[in-house]
Formats: sequence, structure tokens, C-alpha cells
Amino acid sequence: MSAIAFWGAVELGLIFAFVSLGVYLTFRILDFPDLTVDGSFPLGAAVAAVLIINGVNPWLATMAAFFAGGCAGLVTAFLNVRFGILHLLASILTMIALFSVNLRVMGRPNVALLMQDTVLTPFLKLGLHPTYMRPLFLLMLVLVALVLLALFLRSNFGLAMRAAGSNPRMARAQGVNVGFHIFTGVALSNALVGLGGALFAQINGFADVTTGVGTIVVGLAAVIVGETLLRGRFIWVALIGCIVGSILYRIAVQLALSADVIGLKASDLNLATAVLVALALILPKLRRGKTT
Amino acid sequence: MKNTLLKSLGAALLASTLAVGFAAAEKVKVSVTAIVEHPALDAARDGVKDALAEAGFKDGENLTFVYESAQGNPATAAQIARQFIGDAPNVIVPISTPSAQAVAAATSDIAIVFTAVTDPLGAQLVSDMEKPGANITGLSDMSPVGEHIALVREVLPELKTLGVIYNPGEANSVSLVNALKAEAEKAGVEVRESTAIKSSDVQQAARALVGKVDAVYVPTDNTIVSALEAAIAVGEQNALPIFSGDTDSVTRGTVASIGFNYYDIGKQTGAVVARILKGEKPGDIAVSIASGTDLVVNPSAAGRMGVELPEGLVSRANKVIE
Repeated sequence: MSAIAFWGAVELGLIFAFVSLGVYLTFRILDFPDLTVDGSFPLGAAVAAVLIINGVNPWLATMAAFFAGGCAGLVTAFLNVRFGILHLLASILTMIALFSVNLRVMGRPNVALLMQDTVLTPFLKLGLHPTYMRPLFLLMLVLVALVLLALFLRSNFGLAMRAAGSNPRMARAQGVNVGFHIFTGVALSNALVGLGGALFAQINGFADVTTGVGTIVVGLAAVIVGETLLRGRFIWVALIGCIVGSILYRIAVQLALSADVIGLKASDLNLATAVLVALALILPKLRRGKTT
Repeated sequence: MKNTLLKSLGAALLASTLAVGFAAAEKVKVSVTAIVEHPALDAARDGVKDALAEAGFKDGENLTFVYESAQGNPATAAQIARQFIGDAPNVIVPISTPSAQAVAAATSDIAIVFTAVTDPLGAQLVSDMEKPGANITGLSDMSPVGEHIALVREVLPELKTLGVIYNPGEANSVSLVNALKAEAEKAGVEVRESTAIKSSDVQQAARALVGKVDAVYVPTDNTIVSALEAAIAVGEQNALPIFSGDTDSVTRGTVASIGFNYYDIGKQTGAVVARILKGEKPGDIAVSIASGTDLVVNPSAAGRMGVELPEGLVSRANKVIE
């Protein structure tokens, strides 16, 4: 693996850190398995791309993508809370609907951003080589998101949300409006994912309707890898775990891509990635088994 | 436990770096990536490889040929792009639009020859087809409308006006008709448009052209092609020859068409790659539209529409429908 490939993996890992933070919020905090992300990631990409090619400031376009993702989350929460549709199915319904919505938003399956100014453009002019500038820029954004999210989850409101997720009946008895917290949590989660999609589109120069494929898988793998490696009682440890997990997932993909050396074919990529992620989850357990 | 994992990751990192470093000898390297495994895209890849072999670059001898598929995931495509940039091959060949965009976003110095991209301008890969500049050129798999006009003219040397039936709601058809008009102007042919929004309008759209045009061209338009028989019936009743943009329609009763297969597109792409390996600059090579190689003719359909196919055309055809 070359340095450029390594930093490329870190860069993608940082983009997908927004996804893993979002997935952590639904999957772990709210105990709400949410597949909407497969649609809200490309939705964020689509909204940002279309606004940018129409001359909107890239930062505003990115904010719009954040809110668009949030709206997608609200739809899922609405189907679940208001009509009692099973969370998994509610999120699948929103996800499949978003495929059509994304095509409508873009007007075609692929919108290019290769020649437009993006949020990254001013930073690339600072002189640092793009190979390092891109991950550095993303790291800044991820850290901001991390701090804000940690503060949010430690506030009274955030604590109520965590209570609503871990024991809804108890929370309700304490006067917590569980339905409202599901709305907020799922919306915030998908807003983060939409933000990730907007950054992906801007950094890679295109929004494509197929970009969402497997977003939930990547997000979940990152959350669980992070949990396995970083254990702690504090919420910010778990959040950092999501970010680290996301980067490690991408490094696993990168190793799988380099695995041609040991005789694997291009078509073995997903298998090799799965094996590497499984190893990352199993190895710490084996080690613990030996010592006890 | 954290340390162990990091260490093993580190060891793997080091091992793969060493392996890559080891392989780099005096050979040239071409890295190919496609968005997904798919018969057409795989054929394009094989075409690239075979064309390079014909040009004297043989895999394993003086060429390292690397292929990665993103397995349908654009995020993986972006990662493969980074991987390739890090390996610094002589030429990167991205197959399909998202793969090409991912590679183009990742480098501005390594030579890129994209292929199987229908609209390189719309995809913002190049801003000028003739003079792409920078580090990028490639091949578009858009229908070769110029060759189609030449084909109609070969059958009807007196061709003055050419009718075209299409659905203005299909983005692909609109760009095809625009390309057709541009090529027709060069050839001195006038284009008359007739539109059908749904397949039940096709017959009416074809009738509207009777008496006004010398021949009718049906592009690869899903609406029109699905109701092609309606247009063919109008052609047969009024001795108005109907040509199609795709070769499959010739079996259904249009006069003739020239098409391509993705293996040929790959070979044409490989030829461009070979030119770059021999020292040309990608920015100086115009983005070309894949040229048709499969000529399919239907002499009996032609007879029913009142034209006779030239002897030379029939003998040259790859496939003659009886």
C-alpha cells in the first residue's frame, strides 16, 4: 500500500465517520436499526451537487444537504412513531423511496462536480499537497462534529434521548417523550449521513444515484469495530471509536485491494474486506481468551 | 489487544508496500478499473488488454496490467482511484462514468484514458472533445450517428432530408438528436423531427414524416424502439425506408444499422493507451466516439420499403437478415 493509497483510505474513512456517527446514534443510542442511510447518503450528495452547479455557495449547499438528510430521517421516524410501522420496515420504505427522490433531485443519474468550486477548493490553495490536505480538512470537520455530538449527548436533552433508547418504558415513566426523541435522534443521524454524502460528492467530484449502496453495512461495521477496539464508559470514547472504526474499515478495504499480491482476484474484494473486518473483531477476543 | 491489532495491521501494510515496490521494474504499468463486473464492461477491459498486446505491450513481459472492480460501490471506486494514484502507473483506464470521475478527481498528472462514458462533457471529464488538454482523454460509447448518416447516404445517395422520431422526454435521445443534427449539417442533410411522448404515438409520428423526408432514422430511444413495428408498418405502406440506431432493430425490420460491441470499444481504447505509452500526451488526443464495427443489413425489409441495398454494402455486412 502506497502512502497516497493509505491517506486516501484515511480520507474516505473520515467521510464515512459521519455515517458511523449517525449509525451509532440510531443503532446504539436509540436502539433503532435504521436503513434510511442507504438513501440519505446519496440524497446529501445529490442536494449538495445540484445546489453547487446552480451557483449556491458550497458551504450553504452542504448545510442544505445536512437538512435534507434530516428530513429523510423525519419521514422514517414519522412512519414508525405515528403509524407504528416496524422501525426496520419504516426505514426500508424511506430508503427505497429515496432512490426515486434522488433521481428527481438530480434530474439524471449522475451529476458531475469536477469543475466546480467546492468547500475544499480554498483549502487546496493553501499549498499543502491534496493527498494530505483532504484528510486534514476532513479531520477538522469530523472533530467539530465529534465535540458537538458529545456535548449534545451529555446535555439533559441528550441524556433523556439515551434513556429513551436504552429503556423506553422507564424513560416514559420519568416523563420523557420517547416519540419526540426518536424523531430528533433519527433526524440528526440522517442529517449527519447527508452531510457525509455532501462531502463525498464534493471531494470525489460527482454525485451518483448508486452512491448509497451498502452505506449501512459500512456504518455498522465501523461502529462495531470501534466498539471492539475502544471500550470505555464515556460517550466520547464510543464516538471516537466510531471514527477510528470507520478509518480501519477503509484500511481493510485498502488491504483487500492490495491483496492481488497473494493471488486474490479483483472479484474477491468484498470477500477479502469481510474477512479482514471479521479478523479485526475476532482477534481481540482470541487474545482475551488466552489471557484468562 | 489494541496494540496487537495495530501491529498486525502495520505488518500487513509494510508487507504490501514491499511487494508493490518489488514488482516495479522496467515495465510499463496500465491500471484498469470498472465500477462493476458486467459482461459489457468486462469485454471492454479484455479489449484494452488485447489491443495493448497487439501494440507490443504484453502483460507479464513488458507490461503490468492491473484490474480492480469497485463491485458496484462508488465509494470503493474512489478508494481504488487513490490506490492507483499511489501506484503511479503510466496510464489509468477507468471504465464507466463514476469510475472515470473518481479517478479524474484524484489526480491531475497521471495520464487517464476513460472509456464507456456516454457523455464526457456532461460528466465534466473534459471541457473540449477536440482538445481535452490536461492529463485526460478517452472514448465515448455514444451511438455513432455520423456513421449512421453515412450509411443512409450509401443506401440513398440522393438523401436530402432525414426524418427522426424520438421522445423528447428521454435525455439520452435529446442528446442523440442534437448530435445527429450536428453531423447532418456537416453532411449537408436536413433533419426533420417528429416526436412521440408514448409508444401509442409512434405510428402518428411516423405518418407525419411521410412525403416530407427521404428516409427516417430511429435513434436508440426506448419509447420509439418499443413500438418500432408501428413505424416500420408506416415505412412499408409508404415506401419510406426506416433506419435504426441499434443493430437489434434491424432483425425486427429496419433497413440497416451499424453498431458496436464493448470488446471493440475496449480495443479502440487500448489503441489510445498504446499511443500514450509510446510518448503522446493525453491532452493532445481528441476524445473520440467509438466507431461502429458491426454492420447489420436487412435486404428484404429494404425491398418492402422500396429501396435496394447496394451490392457492396450487403457483402461487407457482418450479418445479413433474411
